[in-house]
Amino acid sequence: MLIVEHLVKDYDTRQGRRRVLKDVSFELKPGQHLGILGRNGAGKSTLIRLLSGAERPTSGRIQRRMRISWPLAFGGAFHPHLTGLDNLKFICRIYGIDYKPLIPFVEDFTELGVYFREPVQHYSYGMMTRLAFALSMAIEFDCFLIDEAMVAGDIRFHERCYYELFVKRKDRAFVLVTHDHGPISAECDSVCVLNEGQLQPFKDVEAGLTWYSSMMLENALTYEAQPLGTLKPGALSIRDRVHE
Amino acid sequence: MRTELKAFLGSLAQQRRVVWALILRELITRFGRDNLGVLWVVGEPMLFTLGVATFWTATGLTHSVNIPIVAFAVTGYSSVLMWRNAASHCSSAVEANKNLLHHRGVKVLDTIIARMALEVCGATCSFIVLSLFFIYIGWMPVPDDLLLVIAGWLMLAWFGASLALLVGAAVAFSQVVERLWWPTAYLLFPASGAAFMVDWLPSKLRPYVLYLPMVHGIEMLRQGYFGSIVKTHYDIGYMATCCLILSLSGFFVVREASRRVEL
Repeated sequence: MLIVEHLVKDYDTRQGRRRVLKDVSFELKPGQHLGILGRNGAGKSTLIRLLSGAERPTSGRIQRRMRISWPLAFGGAFHPHLTGLDNLKFICRIYGIDYKPLIPFVEDFTELGVYFREPVQHYSYGMMTRLAFALSMAIEFDCFLIDEAMVAGDIRFHERCYYELFVKRKDRAFVLVTHDHGPISAECDSVCVLNEGQLQPFKDVEAGLTWYSSMMLENALTYEAQPLGTLKPGALSIRDRVHE
Repeated sequence: MRTELKAFLGSLAQQRRVVWALILRELITRFGRDNLGVLWVVGEPMLFTLGVATFWTATGLTHSVNIPIVAFAVTGYSSVLMWRNAASHCSSAVEANKNLLHHRGVKVLDTIIARMALEVCGATCSFIVLSLFFIYIGWMPVPDDLLLVIAGWLMLAWFGASLALLVGAAVAFSQVVERLWWPTAYLLFPASGAAFMVDWLPSKLRPYVLYLPMVHGIEMLRQGYFGSIVKTHYDIGYMATCCLILSLSGFFVVREASRRVEL
């Protein structure tokens, strides 16, 4: 179980305190696949940082009664001078497991070849993402935190991620945050929408997606309804896309 | 009670694991694998101490002729490295490692402890290696009272570690501390007792210098090293009290800082 109760998160900005999450509560059962939809800036990544434990909530409580992963494919913890192998060793040391049996999997998944033993500073963005994802899969968790924006790559990489995560580990729980319908309708069995710092639950995925669409449409229309002077090019194309 | 003890031991094992992982990571990223690699942990403070020892010997800094100048420089500068390097490296510990906080086991405290431990070990090894080397070639006498040397050194290590903890955590609280730390460290150096013995000072000045905890440590160290040929002024109780206050406030600030860290 992952139980989140009345989570509030404030950040100090130059304009004073800003409340990013207002009162977020939810429960995640083992094996449950929860999708959280939200626009850019809705607080999705903040929520992920709180769930992973990287930051503490201003108030509220998170009870972790299962092993929660770090944000999937998060590569920010790589040190440029460390090799891919060093990073694997480091992660394994932290979690107290032996790294040797994991080398074949990581080498195979990342397809880094000789670069696996080269410093990460020489990696391309794609190589870095593949390594980050492989390390996330190397440690066993009951619940994965997935920020969809982090997992970028080519089709082949996506297919392999999909297989590792949603086929091989489909019995695990996960929290998937995204601004996009696609992955939610395909993979999630429940959905919430994060809007203006509040989390709105829905009784089924369909209802959530419909509500989110209409909210986005409304936003696009209000944007268009502004006086012409303030309208920037591109606003119309947003509307067109929503109508399609 | 049993389960609480078990949970505590579990956390302790986890912390030990994380700190060790951080130390290894720090070693590789700071010193690399090329040339001497990890040996630089000892090599860096050794070069510093050697340089200062040479300089002091050349300028004839010691007032009293009966103190061997090399031993004076080694005991003095090693002690400075102990408190200054630990705190200086810990001042950036949280900032450099905060992305690691995504891993549940890694705590703010661990990032500071790792760097602190590395510096304390480095300074200690450098002190031992230099002492042995100079004793071997005959430039330095054998310590008069080895136990007192060890006790003085441990006190300095405690002071260095607790100062590092406080500085490291306070920086995570506010970056201003880091700005203030560097000039403070710079200004404290001449007053820290590394380049003088308290007994050389005018008696009016002594009480003020003795407010600085590290002065007591260095005096104690030198008492152990030179024995009856020097007259020293130190109060181990005063130094221990200072270290205890620093340690406790350090732990308190770490706890508060952990709540405030933002990625």
